[in-house]
Amino acid sequence: MSPRAYRRKLDLENGRVDLSHGSGGRAMSQLITDIFHKALDNAWLRRGNDQAAFDVAGGRMVMTTDAYVVSPLFFPGGDIGSLAVHGTINDIAMAGAQPLYLSASFILEEGFALRDLKRIADSMGAAARAAGVAVITGDTKVVERGKADGVFIATTGIGVVPPGLDLSAEKVQPGDCVILSGTIGDHGVAVMSKRQNLSFETDIISDSAALHGLVAAMVEAGGRGLRVMRDPTRGGLASTLNELAQQSGVGFRIMEEALPVRPEVAAACELLGLDPLYVANEGKLVAVVAPESAEPVLAAMRNHSLGRDAAIIGDVVADDHRFVQMMTGFGGVRIVDWLSGEQLPRIC
Amino acid sequence: MKHVDEYRDGRLAQVLAARIAREADPLASYRFMEFCGGHTHAISRYGIEDLLPANVRLIHGPGCPVCVLPVARIDAAIRLAGRPEITLCTYGDLMRVPGSDGMSLLRAKAAGADIRMVYSTLDALRIAAAAPEREVVFLAIGFETTTPPTALAVRLAVAKKLANFTVFCNHVLTPPAMQSILDSPDRRGLGRVRIDGFIGPAHVSTVIGTEPYEFFAKEFEKPIVVAGFEPLDVMQAILMLIRQVNDGRHEVENQYGRAVRREGNTRAKAEVAEIFELRESFEWRGLGVVPYSGLRLKEKYSSFDAERRFHVVDMPARDNPACECGAILRGVKKPVDCKLFGTVCTPETPMGSCMVSAEGACAAHWTYGRFRDHARKVS
Amino acid sequence: MCLAVPGRILSLSGDDPIMRVGRVDFGGVVKEINLAYVPEARVDDYVLVHVGFALTIIDEAEAARVLACLREIAALEAVPVEAAS
Repeated sequence: MSPRAYRRKLDLENGRVDLSHGSGGRAMSQLITDIFHKALDNAWLRRGNDQAAFDVAGGRMVMTTDAYVVSPLFFPGGDIGSLAVHGTINDIAMAGAQPLYLSASFILEEGFALRDLKRIADSMGAAARAAGVAVITGDTKVVERGKADGVFIATTGIGVVPPGLDLSAEKVQPGDCVILSGTIGDHGVAVMSKRQNLSFETDIISDSAALHGLVAAMVEAGGRGLRVMRDPTRGGLASTLNELAQQSGVGFRIMEEALPVRPEVAAACELLGLDPLYVANEGKLVAVVAPESAEPVLAAMRNHSLGRDAAIIGDVVADDHRFVQMMTGFGGVRIVDWLSGEQLPRIC
Repeated sequence: MKHVDEYRDGRLAQVLAARIAREADPLASYRFMEFCGGHTHAISRYGIEDLLPANVRLIHGPGCPVCVLPVARIDAAIRLAGRPEITLCTYGDLMRVPGSDGMSLLRAKAAGADIRMVYSTLDALRIAAAAPEREVVFLAIGFETTTPPTALAVRLAVAKKLANFTVFCNHVLTPPAMQSILDSPDRRGLGRVRIDGFIGPAHVSTVIGTEPYEFFAKEFEKPIVVAGFEPLDVMQAILMLIRQVNDGRHEVENQYGRAVRREGNTRAKAEVAEIFELRESFEWRGLGVVPYSGLRLKEKYSSFDAERRFHVVDMPARDNPACECGAILRGVKKPVDCKLFGTVCTPETPMGSCMVSAEGACAAHWTYGRFRDHARKVS
Repeated sequence: MCLAVPGRILSLSGDDPIMRVGRVDFGGVVKEINLAYVPEARVDDYVLVHVGFALTIIDEAEAARVLACLREIAALEAVPVEAAS
């Protein structure tokens, strides 16, 4: 019987990522097993292969890819790990598809605390399990200090679309209704509240969540009445609506009074001179539906825990200029334009 | 939010709109300039012009400290930030203002300059205290509202004996700018800009009070109504201005009594007077050189003056010759009159500061007003 | 210009007048604000805050007066709720 090789445990309390963790040797293997496999545990990962094999269901498959570089890594309501799982699932869900599998690539900065890495991995595992989706394959690289902001995560997601469902911007027509699943601006404000030089005390937490359950309920209620769905992440609702207007060749007319915004989010935006329309969300979707489907879809959304504040916020109009117009609570009309660059807090 | 939401009531807006329509003399035309960029922003964002009768028009003034900062000063700030020992702290508004050669603070940051965006001068002080080996320069801009925070930062730097904190001072004053507009050749000579009254700045007035405007009202015989920032404040001020014009009065009235007193904030004024002194002249983008309109640190506080410590020299820099920011800031032209508007100059690729600042007339028009141009063309 | 936002003082601290700070509540968001320029400010006062500094105390009586004035005009105008133009 050969003597067992001495295997020092990973120092999860005080240990840090170093270049050996990316070199393909024993240290890397240990990191992957003790942190990632442990947190994300499933049959594929247990096999320890470089790839994961799965049966393909009949029908149309959906694939998406994403990268997560959020800073700070930990924020009220989530972290880069849970964000990565939710965000990838949501991209798939926006096609009306059922998410099946995820992959995750980690780019780790030399010196990154193992304690934080474990926290992130555990959070990903919890998010994936709650969503019923497995992270079946992954990769790890380590870069020199200063070349990554702690950790970057890149993902791919695979899903399957129910037969007959083809959500797409070109389906949008004048007369359609625009439905928003809930309050806007929560995520962006939660993240900003932890940024240096901008910090403030608040109860606002990120809305980061996996939306595929909500989407499934909407698909069942709306069927062919569903035109397209998008999740307004970076750039906020305004950017998503402008994108849709551009791609669909229509205009939108939104009612400011119908937009759900939490009072604290509105207050934080006032303080920093931001417009909630442009602030990121990570657990919301906007759907364009045929007018006859609006009420049943809305009812189905409100029945779901992630759609309690769902509201019809406007409609689609014919408009060659593809403007997104908003009727203000004040009685006037304004354009909601594309975001120019990043929205920065202002004093003026 | 209390003291905010009440002044955004759409119903009351309709009421004021109806009253304005009734009291405006249909045979007269009223042109009021809102001096302050915050008012420009509110007017655009809430579509206030939609609620006014056709014979009541608003002209956007130069009260946007970002818009009036000359190219040379932005270039100087970028050069300071480029020095390896300097950490430049700035408010977010300045990050995208175009300097010469398409540079901006944001681009300089991307190229490696240590530039930090801060919410308050106190954040800059904290950065200086935490990193004594760095030279921390605070890029100070703003009218009289923003100057007291800089003054207090210098006062605190003195108290904490900070040797690595300096201010690059670009603070400007409102009354001289108003004077410059009222005196401007466009007004006197060609009579191209007729202004019947002013909507006076909201928060500048909390500091300086309403008293400094009394001179203008008397000298130029124009009514001035100091208004709060919320849309109902602006509309009430417009109503008050119309009444003054109808009555032939030219007084200073205060619509924003809940925040503005005649004497302003004496403590803030005193602190500013202690730390700063007037420059003989200061160049404003659009207005040119305006005498006694800018501030610099007094000799006594020279060790906190970045211009002295780093020998900042203004290198002449010109705006793009086709850029009409100057005329727009003076109210002589509208954004659509500028050849660059919407073509070369957009919020993504701003040529001049009127497009960069959220309250610049061009940015405001682009964001909120463009579709009205289209609507007018169509109908 | 000069974005200034009203907030309610929750608590005060600091002996040195130039370092006097307050925790100020802006409709659910709380931030520490320098109160050097409003030495008379007390807990529960509303102050107008610009770039981390309170510049003035809001006069509640005056605010109430202006709103009452506006509502009076509303009563006299008897304007229908929908937009007239």
